[in-house]
Amino acid sequence: MSYSKFAVLAACAFVMVCGLATSSQAAKLDQIKARGFLRCGINGLLPGFSTPDDQGNFSGLDVDYCRALAAAVFGDATSAKFTPLTAKERFTALQSGEVDILSRNTTWILSRDASQGINFIGVTYYDGQGIMVKKELGIGSAKELDGATICINQGTTNELNLADFFRANGQKFTALTFEKPDEVVAAYAKGRCDAYTSDKSQLAAQRIKLPNQGDHVILPEVLSKEPLGPAVQHGDDQWFDIGKWVYYVLLNAEELGVTSKNVDEMRANSKNADVQRMLGAQGKLGEMLGLPADFGYQVIKQVGNYGEIFDRNLGPDTPIGLERGVNAQWNKGGLQYAPPMR
Amino acid sequence: MALSDVTATARLASLWHNPAKRALVLQVMAVVFVAVFILWIANNVLDNLARLNIASGYGFLDQRAGFGVPTSLIEFTPESSYLRAFAVGILNTLLISMMGIVAATVLGFTMGVARLSSNWLIRTLATAYVEGLRNIPLLLQIFFWYFAVLGALPQPRQALSISDSVFLSNRGLVMPFPIPQDGFWLTPLVLIASIAAWFIYRRRMEDRDRLEGRKAHPRWVGPAIVVLPVLTIWLLTGGPLTWSIPQFQGFRFVGGFTVVPELVAVWFALSIYTGAFIAEAVRGGILAVDRGQTDAARAIGLTRRQTLRLVVIPQALRVITPPLTNQYLNLTKNSSLGAAVGYPELMNVSGTILNQTGQAVEVLAVTMAVYGSICLMIAMVMNKFNATVGIAER
Repeated sequence: MSYSKFAVLAACAFVMVCGLATSSQAAKLDQIKARGFLRCGINGLLPGFSTPDDQGNFSGLDVDYCRALAAAVFGDATSAKFTPLTAKERFTALQSGEVDILSRNTTWILSRDASQGINFIGVTYYDGQGIMVKKELGIGSAKELDGATICINQGTTNELNLADFFRANGQKFTALTFEKPDEVVAAYAKGRCDAYTSDKSQLAAQRIKLPNQGDHVILPEVLSKEPLGPAVQHGDDQWFDIGKWVYYVLLNAEELGVTSKNVDEMRANSKNADVQRMLGAQGKLGEMLGLPADFGYQVIKQVGNYGEIFDRNLGPDTPIGLERGVNAQWNKGGLQYAPPMR
Repeated sequence: MALSDVTATARLASLWHNPAKRALVLQVMAVVFVAVFILWIANNVLDNLARLNIASGYGFLDQRAGFGVPTSLIEFTPESSYLRAFAVGILNTLLISMMGIVAATVLGFTMGVARLSSNWLIRTLATAYVEGLRNIPLLLQIFFWYFAVLGALPQPRQALSISDSVFLSNRGLVMPFPIPQDGFWLTPLVLIASIAAWFIYRRRMEDRDRLEGRKAHPRWVGPAIVVLPVLTIWLLTGGPLTWSIPQFQGFRFVGGFTVVPELVAVWFALSIYTGAFIAEAVRGGILAVDRGQTDAARAIGLTRRQTLRLVVIPQALRVITPPLTNQYLNLTKNSSLGAAVGYPELMNVSGTILNQTGQAVEVLAVTMAVYGSICLMIAMVMNKFNATVGIAER
């Protein structure tokens, strides 16, 4: 190697290092548009929230939220790609930008919001932690579980709530922690533990995987509040706003009676200005968010409103069979309440 | 051009054209490049953590952990700190690694020798073991032992028991456990002293035997030197040991000592899997010893067993030790798969800590440093051992 060639090489290496160190981040929305699809982190093993069918297509409440987001950005609900993540991996995947949105039955708590570099966009499912036991134990309350071995999924708020619950009751327990939900279910089914704790919706969903569903009961106690919702990376307000308002479209549409079936007719004929603004027939709401004017229409047309999504994935007609309960609209006695779109 | 300029240019050029100076320049540049790269990474990490509002630093270590573990060598409750949780994980990793290394070594040496047996059945069984088990993924073997074998054990209420004090169920093996009372410490103290006395006595007697050319001292004296004082002190202090006998109460066995099935499943799988690799290393080492060595040993009248023990194995160890070290390191690192079945080793515990604190960089740094240190220590010990079995050059 000659002297000059060597100098050129050294200079290139130096420039490369400096260049990498100063490279800045483009806005998330622009990154996603340039890439052409949305990357969405899901559970992937939880019926009703995100689970694959025999074709490998995912379905569930968490999955449908991502589809709605893809419909809002691209006008095409199928341009969302899904990455199954364990509870343990999920925050790192979001922090590092491996996924654009984490829609993975994740509990909104202060420490995650404030110190883990993520922002929760809302509550897509109001849940509470419960405990499931075998009927044959003849137990009617979680307070009768002194000394029991309890199976838990690693990296969840459930681990902490359980310790708090037993401490409050002055009782002992043995925790057995597995990384993947399927191993938790298997260990519980084999009787390695006396009880299985998780969010109540998850218990109902995982019970489907057990051989005799009727042999298991979910105890009445609610150990904690578990508001589940999607989260985005901290630091990009535009993407945070989009995440929030796509969810509010789902809620507002249900409240206003707009469904995937009547959305065309509503956009053409509705006299309600709220409906007109939401579906992009009037006003510039889409533009303010950096989205197409008809983003609300695309979301409802392709994915449906919150009620439709709930009924399709979790409702009484599904194997999971959950009632709306606290997840009903605010004017129907529930907690789901979206700010107005104007 | 002035003369000084010419010499300056020549000096600069000599940095490249003089091989010794060029080597120095290249090395300095390499060091600078690596240093800049590391600084850039560190800077980038700190920038990103600050931008994303992620907490950093090791302040979390003394906070309350808030989670429980199924088995621990030290006292641990959800009230303990994250630091203590790390200690639990590290100790469990050390425990499973040491247990695994011992079992895999015994199994590996036995099977390695068996593969060279002249008995068709033994040879074929050993071959089937090696080829079968080293070709099945370790995680699958752990699941097999955990869910298929140990999962099939009865529920604790129907536990198999030996005289109502040892219980075997899917919650593990529960055994009586000795609890020392006041004055117990005297017994082990006397035991150590007596063993020392026995050694001194034996050394003296051997010297005398050699001088006199005959075996004069009675055989029972040695054991008596150990047994009598220990027994005396034990009885004098009133047998200061009570047993904690396990009993089934409510949901679990209270008292006694429990070996959890997670530990057993991971131990079996790790030992059997690694044992297959060690068997191959052992077979290779034995085959590397020249056939003439065996023939010569047999010719001077050594038995088959003596030939193996005194001639073949010592020479084979030179070949076996380096790959054996690799297998020990693999086993230690593979013990992290215990996390999959809920055995609270370092990977499992640090995963929970990582999730609760969200401080991936710090937690992973600690975890990597611990695995690194354990493996370096094993390598160090094995290198020392390798030096002792190596050819001693004079």
